[in-house]
Amino acid sequence: MKQKTGSNNLKELTIKSKTSYLNKVRDFVSHEAKKFGFSDDEVSKITLAVDEACTNIIKHAYKNASDYPIHLRLNARNNTFEIMIEDQGMPFEPESVKLPDMKEHIRSYKRGGFGMYLMKSLMDKVEYKIQPGIKNSVILTKYLQ
Amino acid sequence: MSDFAIKVRNENPVHVLELKGYLDAHTAPKLEETFQDLIKKGHHNIVVNCNDLSYISSAGLGVFMAFVEDVREKQGDIKFSNMSQKVYNVFDLLGFPLLYEIFKQEQEAIEKFNNAQSK
Repeated sequence: MKQKTGSNNLKELTIKSKTSYLNKVRDFVSHEAKKFGFSDDEVSKITLAVDEACTNIIKHAYKNASDYPIHLRLNARNNTFEIMIEDQGMPFEPESVKLPDMKEHIRSYKRGGFGMYLMKSLMDKVEYKIQPGIKNSVILTKYLQ
Repeated sequence: MSDFAIKVRNENPVHVLELKGYLDAHTAPKLEETFQDLIKKGHHNIVVNCNDLSYISSAGLGVFMAFVEDVREKQGDIKFSNMSQKVYNVFDLLGFPLLYEIFKQEQEAIEKFNNAQSK
C-alpha cells in the first residue's frame, strides 16, 4: 500500500486488489472528506461509495485475483471533492449495466447490483472512462454545499 | 485482527446474531458462513442485532438477500433490531425496509416471532 501527497490538494493511494485493504481505503477517504469540510453524514456516504467502487473492481474487473493494483487519486478543489479510481482489469461497459428498479429488484430477492445503485445514489456525479486493455477509471464527485 | 465479529445467542425459538464492527466485502463471508450453519441446523427464526454494527456495504446486504428466501420458505424470517441511523440509511436507500422488519429493540423482534408461533 502506497500513499502519496502531492501539491494542489492531490492525494493518492495505491492498494492491491484485496478486500482486506478496503478498510485502508475507507480510512483514507473519510479522513480527507472530513478535512475538506463534509458533515459526518456526507463523509459516510462518500466513504461507502468509494468502498463500493473498489469492491466492484476486485470482484468484476479483477475477478477476485488479489495481486493487481487499484489506484485512487483524490482531488479536492474549490467546492469539488473528486475521487478517481483506476484499475487495469477487465474492461467494463457502464452502458450495458441497467440500474434496476430497486423495489422490484429486492422483491425478487436479487442479491447483486446494489453497488452501482448505491454509488449513484450517494454521490453527485459518477463517470466512467474505459480504455480497453489500458485502464478503467471511475470518477466519483461530491460537491460541498 | 478482525474488524468484524459475530456472536450467536439462542433465545429459543429464535437465534440472535449480534454483529460488531465493519461488514464489508472482506468480512461478509464470515456472516455467510454463520447463516449457512444456522440454516443447516434447522434454525430459521433469526434476529440480527445491529447495536454494535458500525458499517455496512452492499456486500453485507447481499448476504441477507441470499438467505431470506430460504428461511421464509421454512416459515422463518430474518428480522433486524438496534440499528444505528447510519446503518439504517443504507438499508433505506436500497428499499430494504419494504422487505425486512426492523425493530428498535431486540426483544420486540423476538416477541414478533413468538407471537407468530403461538397463533
